[in-house]
Amino acid sequence: MTRKGFFGHWGGAYIPEVLHQTFRQLQEEYDKARQDPSFWQEYTALMANYSCRPTPLTYAANLSRHFGGAQIYIKREDLNHTGAHKANNVMGQGLLVQRMGKKRVIAETGAGQHGMATATMAAKFGFACTIYMGEVDVRRQRPNVFWMEKMGATVVPVKDGSRTLKDAINEAFRDWVTNLDDTHYVFGTACGPAPFPEMVSWFQSIIGREAARQIVEQHGRLPARVYACVGGGSNAMGVFQGFLNDDVELVGVEAGGHGLDSGLHAARLCGRDASPGVAQGYKTMFLQNDDGQMLETHSVAAGLDYVGVSPILSDLADKKRVRFESATDSEVIAALDLTMRLEGIIPALESSHAFVQAFKEASDLPNNAAIIINMSGRGDKDIFTIAHAFDDPSWKEFIIARADEYRK
Amino acid sequence: MQLEETLKKRRKEKDILLMTHLVLGYPSFEVNRRIIRQMVDNGVDCIEMQIPFSEPMADGPVILKANQDSLAAGTTVAACLEFGREMAASYDIPFLFMTYYNIVFKYGEERFLEAAKAAGITGLIIPDLPPEMGGEFMTMARDREIAPILIIAPTSTDERMAELNGWADGFIYCAARRGVTGKKSEFGSEFYEYLARCRRATSLPLAVGFGIQNRDDVAALIGRADMAVIGSRTIRLVDEEGPEAVGPFIASLR
Ligand SMILES: Cc1ncc(COP(=O)(O)O)c(C=O)c1O
Repeated sequence: MTRKGFFGHWGGAYIPEVLHQTFRQLQEEYDKARQDPSFWQEYTALMANYSCRPTPLTYAANLSRHFGGAQIYIKREDLNHTGAHKANNVMGQGLLVQRMGKKRVIAETGAGQHGMATATMAAKFGFACTIYMGEVDVRRQRPNVFWMEKMGATVVPVKDGSRTLKDAINEAFRDWVTNLDDTHYVFGTACGPAPFPEMVSWFQSIIGREAARQIVEQHGRLPARVYACVGGGSNAMGVFQGFLNDDVELVGVEAGGHGLDSGLHAARLCGRDASPGVAQGYKTMFLQNDDGQMLETHSVAAGLDYVGVSPILSDLADKKRVRFESATDSEVIAALDLTMRLEGIIPALESSHAFVQAFKEASDLPNNAAIIINMSGRGDKDIFTIAHAFDDPSWKEFIIARADEYRK
Repeated sequence: MQLEETLKKRRKEKDILLMTHLVLGYPSFEVNRRIIRQMVDNGVDCIEMQIPFSEPMADGPVILKANQDSLAAGTTVAACLEFGREMAASYDIPFLFMTYYNIVFKYGEERFLEAAKAAGITGLIIPDLPPEMGGEFMTMARDREIAPILIIAPTSTDERMAELNGWADGFIYCAARRGVTGKKSEFGSEFYEYLARCRRATSLPLAVGFGIQNRDDVAALIGRADMAVIGSRTIRLVDEEGPEAVGPFIASLR
């Protein structure tokens, strides 16, 4: 990274002047933490004790046999406290907030997992907490909204724009510029103005560090390929960093929605609809029109439904270090179905995108090769969406009966 | 230099100048025309025309909604540039463009500056382009006699103000408070001390914006700043009372 926070052409810090000092303080605090070996120790100890780290690398014997090619391993970020990799980033930033002496945290959330993790961290560390969430996502991720509120957070539904993740980010920034003296914005992914992309990736690198060690312990050598879904890019950056300097192919899977030609997707790096732009404080490939207005995106997975992508991943795409693919909504449901039936594991809709691509390619590889799928989170949060997608009759009956009960 | 000189000349004749703001294409270019006519007829000294952007991060709810409605009605950058040209050719006051950096970036920095120049625009306000990211662009603008107008915030240190002043031209835009556009600002001793710090940092004219709503707010700036900026207040006025209310409102401010 260069001094101004660029990765190749991408990144930077395109921020209003009112945030200048705040970002200086954050950069200083982050630099100090990186230079202080005891910080990473404190961080890993916290994650071990509070969030079940190291998370297992599970050998998926049945899926491996089913596809008859590479041995499939699943990195279980679903087993983090709160059910997703988001906790890694949030607890790290929580420690920085303590060091900065701030008393309030805010966050955007799409799938609700980042909001959940932030609300949890705020409860544990004694911070006030406000979560911004697009109105569309509030509806599709209702269970997470319930838990965030129960942990004492205020959840603000955002009704502007496309009412999804990008709009929640804008609203969180508006809060931040108003309350910057006592508030830290816990950015949820490896996007936004510097130092967020690098800082979030650093906290998430705990995934790749563990996975690199675990695969050698279990399989005897490094994997041939590593798969991760890509929303903003934090779980992908997290796992990829364990293998960036090795002869391991890295595959990022974006939301193909209804297909790359449908206009209803969120593929920034593997489709043809994105172009370079600057928004939400950083430069990257954005889904935008010729005038630079952001487009509507679509994905069955709220956490991948976003117009931009990590500037670090845009750079790795330029350098051809990471290959980008996409998975459609219907492929995602099929992969999820298979994983539940064969392994008894329930990946989040976001994570299921990585499973789709791994399943497409597993049989091309020899039996002695291994692949790792980063399972960024668990699917429980998606119960309403998944049940709806499966058109599950007994679930519907239950919802109708419960609704009748409440109506009385 | 052009914009700075024009404003300084006007300032010799008035205690305080007025800059107004509007979002292009909201509610329509036709209404924009009527509003601008009333603004000019009632003595406005400078007009800031916002080219709408889908992600206006530094704007509060009123201007955010105006951006979104304008885009939903089909406003394009090309139409905004053309409208700017028409206004600058029609009236003898400075016209500026305010927008977010992506609009400029996507259009092409040089191409945008050439188009703005051809349209007779004398200054640009881009709130998400600090000099660290836009230094080169600011130099390119200045070379074409388009003033890069920089924003100073209450959180800016004295050193930072001096640094910003080094890049700025035309005037300095002092944000009256933290936060986004649209909310009322409280003027107290802390605010006046901040304005005094701004005054010491620059010899450029000082404009003060964010939350200026009435005659008292404008009067409070006399002797402390050179120009008051009226933003969301006129948009709200047009929403509630129609474009004809703008003239009397502007006339009531000084
Ligand atoms: C389970 C899960 N996976 C993936 C993502 C996508 O984010 P990122 O690309 O930053 O990992 C999210 C975001 O909400 C998520 O909840």
